[in-house]
Amino acid sequence: MKTRLSLSQKSALLSLALFGVILLVWQLTTLPEAKVVADGIDPEYAALMGGGASTAASSFPTPAAMGQTVWEKLSDPFYDNGPNDKGIGIQLAYSLARVLGGFFLAAAVAIPLGFAIGNSRVVYAALNPYVQVLKPISPLAWMPLALYTIKDASASSIFVIFICSLWPMLINTALGVANVRRDWLDVSRTLEVKPLRLAFRVILPAAAPTILTGMRISMGIAWLVIVAAEMLVGGTGIGYFVWNEWNNLSLTNVLFAILMIGVVGMALDSIFGLLGKRVAYQE
Amino acid sequence: MSSPSLPFLQVENLARAYPSPTGGDDVTVFDHVNFRIHKGEFICVTGHSGCGKSTILNILAGLDSASAGNVFMDGREVSGPSLDRGVIFQSHALMPWLTVLENVTFAVKSRWPSWSKQKIRDHAMRYIELVGLKGAEHKKPSQLSGGMKQRVGIARAFSIEPKMLLMDEPFGALDALTRGVIQDELLKICAETQQTVFMITHDVDEAILLSDKIMLMSNGPHARIAEIVNNTLPRPRDRSVVHKHAHYYPIRNHLVDFLVSRSKQFGSLRDAPGAPSSPTVFDPSDLVESEPAVVPAPPVGKPHIHLVNA
Ligand SMILES: Nc1ncnc2c1ncn2[C@@H]1O[C@H](COP(=O)(O)OP(=O)(O)O)[C@@H](O)[C@H]1O
Ligand SMILES: [Mg+2]
Repeated sequence: MKTRLSLSQKSALLSLALFGVILLVWQLTTLPEAKVVADGIDPEYAALMGGGASTAASSFPTPAAMGQTVWEKLSDPFYDNGPNDKGIGIQLAYSLARVLGGFFLAAAVAIPLGFAIGNSRVVYAALNPYVQVLKPISPLAWMPLALYTIKDASASSIFVIFICSLWPMLINTALGVANVRRDWLDVSRTLEVKPLRLAFRVILPAAAPTILTGMRISMGIAWLVIVAAEMLVGGTGIGYFVWNEWNNLSLTNVLFAILMIGVVGMALDSIFGLLGKRVAYQE
Repeated sequence: MSSPSLPFLQVENLARAYPSPTGGDDVTVFDHVNFRIHKGEFICVTGHSGCGKSTILNILAGLDSASAGNVFMDGREVSGPSLDRGVIFQSHALMPWLTVLENVTFAVKSRWPSWSKQKIRDHAMRYIELVGLKGAEHKKPSQLSGGMKQRVGIARAFSIEPKMLLMDEPFGALDALTRGVIQDELLKICAETQQTVFMITHDVDEAILLSDKIMLMSNGPHARIAEIVNNTLPRPRDRSVVHKHAHYYPIRNHLVDFLVSRSKQFGSLRDAPGAPSSPTVFDPSDLVESEPAVVPAPPVGKPHIHLVNA
């Protein structure tokens, strides 16, 4: 071999090989059942025992069947045939809307509040006990309270997302603001920079990388929590879809939904990764 | 107390104490600090680490407050930071997310908020050119060398045209060559702008090259301004010939002598009966005129001494 592979080429090849191995193992582990059917057992008996055509729905799918499902679902993602039969695109859109709604509400509260906490030792000390007690509560524990007070399933899941995205953003904003270099504040003071300009032109850009890290963590948690929340309240969304397909005993659809949750989660994370790069600075 | 022209900056009985780390009486870093600065004067302050130089500068800047005493500038008491007093920080304190130009325009816009974008930009560019950074204005501070960063700090401080400039060991972190180049630029800019400057330095040669007066601080606690040296070397000064002047070595020896020995003795002498209550003034012209033979031969190739004390 004359040309040496670059590092990224090597890892891409390895990734691809790994994918091949996974497919192979998957194929091999799901194969025998089909073989048994082919090997001289009466097809009718097999059908009675849960094999044959109906097994495709309930037993673990082969990679080929999976591939076909992925293809079918993705080629028509936005169909709507009533409450229990919507395209994957619609379900994901419901979940995303809730996550983004709760997340941005949380950002609207956490970032100004984080500024206040980071700027003042008094506010920090006053609010710290609340944050310490509220932070470790599983966001789903709020669900009954939310359902009772808000009386709307969808709004309740938005509230749960709000609660779970609040803490990382709040804590990171306070941390970023409190750790703005003394020098930059001193320069601003000698330039008689007005408070609002100081907040937006000095403190915000200085704390932005830390704040964005908090937002990224929040978004990750929100995406984890939305699936559970939607399983709980039902109706619409990717979480409900997973639960519904489990009740339908369609493992293929469950697997497909899991794959989609992963892909969307990765996309959300990389958006915040990119935003983080945009505001990063090198001292 | 009867100066002909009212001084531009007047410091009266300034003192600063910190709570003792061991819980006893407060530790007085310095007290009875009195001095005046006239308009257009370049003052250097030197003394050992920990004697309170930075604290005094921060009080002048309005970033810190004194335990006792007052600072008046232009007849008004200094009570907080102001655009009238520009500060050049040792750590340059540039905002790393802004370019060179943006760092300077940030200051210019603070000074003249009503100016148009173009006017702010042109004004900032003038000072960026003045410190020789034309062409680097769109770079981020992380792309600049230490010397270039400090130049941006200088451009930023000068761009707001403050009545007074405060510098805390501005070149302490630079290598000797870069330091020399920037000192020359500073000398040139100060000559052009008639800037009033208060500068802390550990570098005796830097003080001699730049200053009109050098204030020497004794060691703390209870540090004071022990001596004031009138720098009688004529301007314009050129680093390559300045040491040939008859006053150069008397001044230099006096400074080094103070830092090496007198700064320590001052504390014990201070409370002795008959100790001087105001700083003694050293003026080499008195000395040289009476005893011209005293001037020692300048050692050839004497290196630049940078007195960094442990
Ligand atoms: N926040 C502080 N608390 C207690 N002591 C301090 C504080 N800041 C400075 N000091 C003390 O004040 C003295 C003077 O400090 P500084 O003005 O930085 O000295 P210099 O600039 O001359 O080296 C030092 O001895 C230092 O220990
Ligand atoms: Mg200092």
